[in-house]
Amino acid sequence: MIFTLALRNLFHDRVRLMVTLIGILFSIVLVAVQLGLYLGASRMITANIDHANADLWIMPFGAKSFEDGGMLMSARERHQALATPGVAQVTPIIVRFNEWRKPAGGSTRVVIVGADAEAGAVQPLSLETGTWEDIKAPDAIAVDRTYLQELGIEGLGSSAQIGPGRVKVRALTNGVRSFTQSPYVYMPLSRARYLTGAAGTDLATFQVVKVFPGVDVEQVRSELAGRLEGAEVLTTDEFRDRSLTQWLFRTGAGVALIGGALLGILVGTVIVAQTLYSSTKDHINEFATLRALGSSSGYIHQVILTQAGLSAVIGYILGMMLALLVVLASQSSPLPIIMTPQLAAGLFSVTLFMCAISAISAIVKVTKIDPATVFSR
Amino acid sequence: MTKETVLAAKQIVKELGSGASKVMALRGVDLELVRGELTLLMGPSGSGKTTFLSILGCIMAPTSGELCVAGTSTEGLDPEELAGLRRDHIGFIFQSYNLFPTLSALENVRISLDVRGQKGYKAARRSEDVLREVGLGHRLKNYPSNLSGGEQQRVAVARAIVSSPSIVLADEPTAALDGENGNAVMELLARIAHEQGRSVLAVTHDPRTLPFADRVVRIEDGLIVGEERRPEGLDAPEITDLNKRRKAHA
Repeated sequence: MIFTLALRNLFHDRVRLMVTLIGILFSIVLVAVQLGLYLGASRMITANIDHANADLWIMPFGAKSFEDGGMLMSARERHQALATPGVAQVTPIIVRFNEWRKPAGGSTRVVIVGADAEAGAVQPLSLETGTWEDIKAPDAIAVDRTYLQELGIEGLGSSAQIGPGRVKVRALTNGVRSFTQSPYVYMPLSRARYLTGAAGTDLATFQVVKVFPGVDVEQVRSELAGRLEGAEVLTTDEFRDRSLTQWLFRTGAGVALIGGALLGILVGTVIVAQTLYSSTKDHINEFATLRALGSSSGYIHQVILTQAGLSAVIGYILGMMLALLVVLASQSSPLPIIMTPQLAAGLFSVTLFMCAISAISAIVKVTKIDPATVFSR
Repeated sequence: MTKETVLAAKQIVKELGSGASKVMALRGVDLELVRGELTLLMGPSGSGKTTFLSILGCIMAPTSGELCVAGTSTEGLDPEELAGLRRDHIGFIFQSYNLFPTLSALENVRISLDVRGQKGYKAARRSEDVLREVGLGHRLKNYPSNLSGGEQQRVAVARAIVSSPSIVLADEPTAALDGENGNAVMELLARIAHEQGRSVLAVTHDPRTLPFADRVVRIEDGLIVGEERRPEGLDAPEITDLNKRRKAHA
């Protein structure tokens, strides 16, 4: 009967129910978009780090992120690392911002990612057309299909200029987006050195370290940190965190996204609380009757919480349907929104929590019921 | 033969309001209710009868005095314990029926069992049986808005008795009903008292209810001023003022 009473109370006033559901729906879509963007941005920021076959990263002190590695390091660090017990492989990679000059005029900033495919440090990122072998051809590069317009080119075979050299698109990735909105341009290490003004040197932005199987990564890290005076050594997780901190929190972008999500929760909570409170107020005589009939206050609280729970479930279903449409629509944009089963489950918990919190004002109201009012109607 | 006392109120005093607006609603009222009797509590407006009913129903606490429901003193009980006493021993009938507009007649009765933890098929069956008893077997699925005033009050009666309480308290049960429906409800209450052995107390100022009473208690200005019983063989109690009787005795 608790469920029946809650359901009937809820549907008794359709206009109020609609306001409640719109409140929850608005809140869910807002939270889903904000957190989905946060998730999407996080994945973008860490995509290259996640795809690298690395246990440890050697980088100059002060390196802020994958894209902002600071000064180039000499090969000394690489040699010292190779001499460290437990280290199986040390692969140099170049990551630098540079200017891309469009064929039709104008320019845009790109991020050069130079690594030798056979070295296995940076894994191919969803190559859609062409192979890493194709990129070994003179002047060959790979760019992402999403940024063709931004780069002012049409696709495979298009040419442009980066710094001092001409480049030709020989392979295309799909879905490799850049949080900085400066497209990644993948190429072999030697060409990256050439285009960044380090031709003929053994300089690198990072040295990517792979340890032998079964070796304690933390121990190798300590050993390396002791040997390398001018560089620091981070695990992959630490480097991910540092990159996320740099782009999401130091720039304020992540704070804005999380703030937006919190605002969504707040707005949803206020709307649901308001409608639940007014519904309780409208049904206060019925609750007083229940109390006079001998119901415990817990029974009445259950009715209100069930009402809140039902609102949450219906609002969540409608909200998620709309949120998924927004997610789908964002997939071809430079900043796609990501929806994962974990995020969907988290959103459901947030919705339930939001509605439960909203029920507090109604419960406080109902707790103060004087059952004697049943005689004064 | 002595009938079992199910409710006993001794020297009940109730003060309402505070300071200059303080009012003595009850000034030391005694009352005992026994099984198998329909008692009417009659008095003019403002005499304290509804306040007294609220106290007898464990809804309002007296300022002083003692109330025992089915042998349990209500003194010092918290609101949840008082609700427990109501659940176990008391059924209520209200002047405005107080039915849940969003529930059908059957559900309105079932909810009274539900708050008592009685759920499922047995509760539904029991509710249906009681509604048939009060003559509403054909109105089970109807919502209050589709029932007449008399039918709504009969649903309220069914809700009050479905859990088999020993005490049924009714607040002006006929006030909102026409003569025919009022009589039907009073007949029902008398039957509940006599055939089911419950104690029924109805607060009323409707003289049409007198023929159904076994006992009439009169209250004025917060005091019991008269009490009459139906003499054997009479259809209605002889109403005499206790004060007059006291004077005659003196």
